[in-house]
Amino acid sequence: MSAFSAIGEEREIDREEFTPTLEPQATWCPGCGDFGVLKALKQAMPEIGRNPDEVLLVTGIGCSGKLNSYFECYGYHSIHGRSLPIARAAKLANPELEVIAAGGDGDGYGIGGNHFMHTARENHDMTYIVFDNEIFGLTKGQTSPTSPKGHKSKTQPHGSAKDPIRPLSLALTSGASYVARTAAVNPNQAKEILVEAMQHDGFAHVDFLTQCPTWNKDARQYVPYTDINDSDDYDFDPTNKTEAQAMASEAEQSLYEGEVLTGRFYVDADRPSYQEEKQAIGEMPEEPLAERYFDDDYEWERTHDMLLDRHK
Amino acid sequence: MTDHELMWRIAGGSGDGIASTSQNFAKALMRAGLHVFTHRHYPSRIRGGHTYTEVRADSEPVRSRGDGFNCLLALGDSFARNPKEGAYYGDEEVKPLAENLDELNDGGVIVYDTGLLDAEDIPNFEERIEENDWHVYPINLREIARDHGREVMRNTAGVGATAALLGIDLQYFEDLMAESMPEEILEPNKEILHYTHDMVQEEFEFTHDLRVPEGSHDEEQVLLSGSDTIAYGAIDEGCRFIAGYPMTPWTEVFTIMSQALPEVGGISEQVEDEIAAAALALGASHAGVKAMSGSSGGGFALMSEPLGLAEMSETPVVLVEAMRAGPSTGLPTKPEQADLEHVLYTSQGDSNRVVLAPGTVAEAYEQSRLAFQLAYGYNIPAILLYDQKIGGELMNVPASHFDREPNPDLGAVTTEAELQDAPHGPGGKFHRYRYDAEDGVSPRSIPGQKDGHFLVTGNEHNPAGHIDEDPTNRVTQVERRASKLDAIREFLDDQGTQTHMGPDEADYGLITFGSQQGTVAEAVDRLNDAGHSVKGIGVSDMMPYPVEEMTEFLESVDEALVVEMNSSGQFRGLTQKELGRFGGKLSSLLKYNGEPFEPAEIVAGFEASIEGQDVPEQQTTYVPAAGD
Ligand SMILES: Cc1ncc(C[n+]2csc(CCOP(=O)(O)OP(=O)(O)O)c2C)c(N)n1
Ligand code: SF4
Repeated sequence: MSAFSAIGEEREIDREEFTPTLEPQATWCPGCGDFGVLKALKQAMPEIGRNPDEVLLVTGIGCSGKLNSYFECYGYHSIHGRSLPIARAAKLANPELEVIAAGGDGDGYGIGGNHFMHTARENHDMTYIVFDNEIFGLTKGQTSPTSPKGHKSKTQPHGSAKDPIRPLSLALTSGASYVARTAAVNPNQAKEILVEAMQHDGFAHVDFLTQCPTWNKDARQYVPYTDINDSDDYDFDPTNKTEAQAMASEAEQSLYEGEVLTGRFYVDADRPSYQEEKQAIGEMPEEPLAERYFDDDYEWERTHDMLLDRHK
Repeated sequence: MTDHELMWRIAGGSGDGIASTSQNFAKALMRAGLHVFTHRHYPSRIRGGHTYTEVRADSEPVRSRGDGFNCLLALGDSFARNPKEGAYYGDEEVKPLAENLDELNDGGVIVYDTGLLDAEDIPNFEERIEENDWHVYPINLREIARDHGREVMRNTAGVGATAALLGIDLQYFEDLMAESMPEEILEPNKEILHYTHDMVQEEFEFTHDLRVPEGSHDEEQVLLSGSDTIAYGAIDEGCRFIAGYPMTPWTEVFTIMSQALPEVGGISEQVEDEIAAAALALGASHAGVKAMSGSSGGGFALMSEPLGLAEMSETPVVLVEAMRAGPSTGLPTKPEQADLEHVLYTSQGDSNRVVLAPGTVAEAYEQSRLAFQLAYGYNIPAILLYDQKIGGELMNVPASHFDREPNPDLGAVTTEAELQDAPHGPGGKFHRYRYDAEDGVSPRSIPGQKDGHFLVTGNEHNPAGHIDEDPTNRVTQVERRASKLDAIREFLDDQGTQTHMGPDEADYGLITFGSQQGTVAEAVDRLNDAGHSVKGIGVSDMMPYPVEEMTEFLESVDEALVVEMNSSGQFRGLTQKELGRFGGKLSSLLKYNGEPFEPAEIVAGFEASIEGQDVPEQQTTYVPAAGD
């Protein structure tokens, strides 16, 4: 019997299973967009047929980082900006886990920007949800990498002189094989996109527009959105990278001009995941490494037999 | 040490094959039955610049570099050749010969390559030869190499020449060459080796006495560096995941692991930075694999936040820290032991971590294994603290030292069967952080285990892992985490990890940690031979500190001298802090010029400390006991 019998266990997953019976202390403000992510993810999770013991949800720090306090599954609330390196190593250690990473825009595009670029480049088979509220929530409303140019905050009293980060374009050029944007104001689309992202074999980046009614009343996240994939006005092919890039950059621009465009921007179902690439060059075993530690029959090599000859 | 020891130094330019030639030389002598020890010196430069390696060989075990050296093979620095007028590196041509003369002992032997070095560039060379009774053999190694093969093979010519002068059987070198060289270059190399050897025997009259000592081993030996043994310890302890970012000298361990792991179905990841590297190791460990990461000072500084997370979340992980001289990028290729306080206390909050500092190449294997046993047995981060000296030096160790069972035991984890009976909170969350755990160790579950899900967080948390700021919970969890260190202390006491040297009873003590252990051991012997009453201890447990053992040691001596390679006496400070007394008994001998101690410096420093003399070399510093 596998040491990880939760993995692949076939049974009807009850929607409520991912929901704590005892609500943890609610630490999100009333009306926070983060509830929208929570709701969408809770609806999406049972649809991919994984049960709580085979899901690892790694978060960073920030209001968004507290997502996994509201979840029943394996959770890792880590440190500011570092959810991705933790998550991708867990996936390498045991590729059979469903690995999801999540965090805020400050967390993911600021302090963790380097990791974002590199995780996308490597195309790890995992989902990355960024709660994009264009503000630092938990530290009380400072300017974030996605705050619009000119945005005033206590730490940028004269307004930001910086152009915002373009997360969709960044994900695309870095090499993410699935790139989407959705919004808390539309839980149905959000759920659909999250299901797709989790089912995608490769790095799926979901820029999730969330509102922060406490610190960022000006953000466009409240505005009704346009689903580009359903709209005749935006006929493009999300499997074509050039078209996807053009569409993504239009969406990034329009967000700051009053129109919220969401949907799937890029889907590359053919690009091998990092795990597959590593296995192909003989740098990763076919069987999950983690299983081996529970396998009493596994013969562990020792350096005395393997490596000592060269030192004689 | 016997009177017949060989201390051979090969000098040349970086990139000229000094390291590989000296490695083969050391191996040849080991195969000839000798004990060997190497000391490397190199600049932070890839091609050119003065570099040397010393090979010390004796029929008795050698534990340290020697005092100076007695045979020099000076090759040309091929990258300093034909400098343009006024070129930046223009005066370097003669360095492989000139730079080494100050440390060459009386009566020493010099072989140099006249094809590339002009001894006339060295001021007073003739006078110095006479004064020091040196025996000089100028040979055109470059020409020989050119005539019989290629110019780069002048190393081989140099080895052939010294082999003739010292009386080493060429068969050892031939065998080594045959094992490592492809046919096309093997033949010319062999020819050059023999040609030079025979030529030297025929054309020179030997005026020197130095000959290679004779010896034999009772059992098979292997030649390894500390970086090798750290990596091998990790592999034997079941480590199958490493993540890192290059930084000298940690890169050596990272490289060895990256080459070995795929062969055993393990995973190595070179990632974007050190924060990521440490975080990856945590992620892999959390998911049920024995994992490590590491760096040197500056890179380790970046790891301090993931390290704190490992402490708070009780995620086992092994980090190695390869010290080099700092602060900042410091002396990138030179050893120092000044990161001790950095690894003990870096990261916010009270430290709950294990820090081990191996004292020799052989010990580094055991302590690498021990670091994994402690990390995984107690769900705590363990740091292996070593320095550029141990990492790069080669030493012979009996092969049987590594003839041990692998240990893939994942330590304090639950099985699925245990999970069924384990306490769970509302919603089915497993109580990962139980208050009532034995020795403070509350076993973890691994993602994918049925009924095992829980929450990890770097915030203070309750038994199920939920963020919890309740004062009683806080105190209970803080105390439980800290109590693991008491349990680890007991475990380590049983292992006997400190190394005692010299007689049981003595008036004076020499205390050191990490890489200076072998040199101190040699100094202890010499001091006793010279009529002093001295014993020594090489301490490897930095955290938890061996309080009882050190108290006993210090109570048993009148005074003690702490030997360490830094300018602030960090280990002496730790000792005083941990023991809370003995301040008046402890003085320091410090060295921080980028070179490790030589035994004679410790002998001289000791005599200075008890007799109130000056420390002879301005390179070392004596700091008297507090209150003196
Ligand atoms: C290394 C580090 N720097 C700073 C902080 C403080 N900090 C906590 S949350 C946060 C900002 C979070 O903003 P964002 O990622 O946008 O998430 P939100 O709270 O808006 O969901 C900061 C700066 C920290 N915890 N760690
Ligand atoms: S501060 Fe903003 S992001 Fe944080 S919980 Fe409140 S509304 Fe949500």
